[in-house]
Amino acid sequence: METFLFITTAIVAVGAALAMVLSSNAVHSALFLILNFCSVAILYFLLRAPFLGAVQVTVYAGAIMVLFLFVIMLLGAENAELGEEKIGWQKPAGLILGVALLAEIGYVAYRGTKLIDAPVADATNIGAPTTISAKLFSTYLLPFEVISILLLIAVVGTVVLTRRRVVAREERQS
Amino acid sequence: MISTNAYVLLSAILFTIGVVGVLVRRNVIIMFMSVELMLNSANLALIAFSRARAESDGQIMTFFVIAVAAAEVAVGLALLVSIFRAKKTTNIDDVNTLKG
Repeated sequence: METFLFITTAIVAVGAALAMVLSSNAVHSALFLILNFCSVAILYFLLRAPFLGAVQVTVYAGAIMVLFLFVIMLLGAENAELGEEKIGWQKPAGLILGVALLAEIGYVAYRGTKLIDAPVADATNIGAPTTISAKLFSTYLLPFEVISILLLIAVVGTVVLTRRRVVAREERQS
Repeated sequence: MISTNAYVLLSAILFTIGVVGVLVRRNVIIMFMSVELMLNSANLALIAFSRARAESDGQIMTFFVIAVAAAEVAVGLALLVSIFRAKKTTNIDDVNTLKG
């Protein structure tokens, strides 16, 4: 049962990722990426990380992708690539480099089996919200606080970047 | 029980699709979504290793990666909107003012 679920979800994830890269309409790309994030969330549940699966669905597939869709529709940037290609050999070169990268990662993962194929220990409770929060608020308290400052800086930076310069224009007129 | 190897292989495939997306596509928004795909595949590998070692540290790392990704998306999309206001385009080939 677990194997069947893994294989199905993996096929859906890879297919959605490929469709995301290949589709010409950016809105379709965003929807395929949501499908990919949801299938990866199912894999998180399979890996005994229910808290992170829930966070993946709410934060990634929910908040972040809604932001993406909002910006795509705000800018009307569904088909931004209609002009001619500036560098003709870019697509084949990108594909060859991608295949080379996959071969490299596969080789390292295959050769490093001692590292990866360690016996899977009993990991029943590692993903429970209680376990995660106990570690988050003791061992990882400092990174947690740094992340909160980072989010605050991101909010301020976003406001500064998208602010229209209304004040300056009014001063020039007066 | 699915082996950790299978998860790492799936993560590598998703990461490669993300890299090819950044290299091949010219729409800035789709390139940005490919970067998100790469972050997500790294998260998958982290959680697989977390299960293999039976410790929750990898999952906490993933939690931080998701938070940083949220901040990155907010700032990146704000940059995109302000570039679009100045240049009226989201094609990366048209944004080459810094080129000498």
